[in-house]
Amino acid sequence: MNVEWYIVLSALLFTTGAVGILVRRSPMVILLCLELMLNAGNLALVAFSRMVGNQQGQVFAIVVMVIAACEVVVGLGLIVALFRRKLPLNVDDLRELRG
Amino acid sequence: MEAVLFFGAAIGALGGAIGVVAMRNPFYSVLALIVHLFSLAVLFLLLTSAFVAAAQVVVYAGAVMVLYVFVVAYVGGGGESAWEPIPGQRFLAPALALALFIELSIAVLSSALLALGTHGPDVPAGFGDPAAIGRLMLEKFLIPFEASSILLLLAAVGAIVLAGRKREGEAA
Repeated sequence: MNVEWYIVLSALLFTTGAVGILVRRSPMVILLCLELMLNAGNLALVAFSRMVGNQQGQVFAIVVMVIAACEVVVGLGLIVALFRRKLPLNVDDLRELRG
Repeated sequence: MEAVLFFGAAIGALGGAIGVVAMRNPFYSVLALIVHLFSLAVLFLLLTSAFVAAAQVVVYAGAVMVLYVFVVAYVGGGGESAWEPIPGQRFLAPALALALFIELSIAVLSSALLALGTHGPDVPAGFGDPAAIGRLMLEKFLIPFEASSILLLLAAVGAIVLAGRKREGEAA
């Protein structure tokens, strides 16, 4: 398969994640959509690494995976803390920081 | 054969992604994301990056998704409110996303990446296997590797601070 197929697929996946972040209101689903966008970036990194014939892009992809894991851990910790304080799990209701 | 595998995995990845966005219940969203991650692992294998594919399955579909399932089970599904604070959001968001996709496509198509129309160069047999990636990580990228391990440790400590119970007698 040509590399451009992977790149176009990666763009589609990124767009799907962006739609999810814009449309959904549950913070958990927003975190899942962030994962989608990070994974789309990963796919592009690995595809370009194959295109250049160089493995360094794959190391990059693994570092992106680490970042995604950190983001998930902190985000889920925040969600559990919100749930403990009986705050609504809805990003439209959590608007205290809004100017 | 490769084309069949690619299109099968691409349909799986895209279907999983749409499932994450479209499912009402967060639990089903998590399950759809697992389908998406497995399809992506197949795509990584097609791109001859065995170690990234294995890490994807073990770390993501294994560990991270278990964490998600636990939190969804703890917090509970919870329906989303039908209340729409931004008028026309449901129509505006897909339109903006379409614009984003068109923009990305223009950026890819008009870029001067010479190898885009090709298969990529032929690679040696050990390309992307754990030994090659490990050597690269521990020799050339040692400092980023250590930095990411410190970052993971910080994230774990931060999650405990955020979500852990307060001890007795401690001000909230």
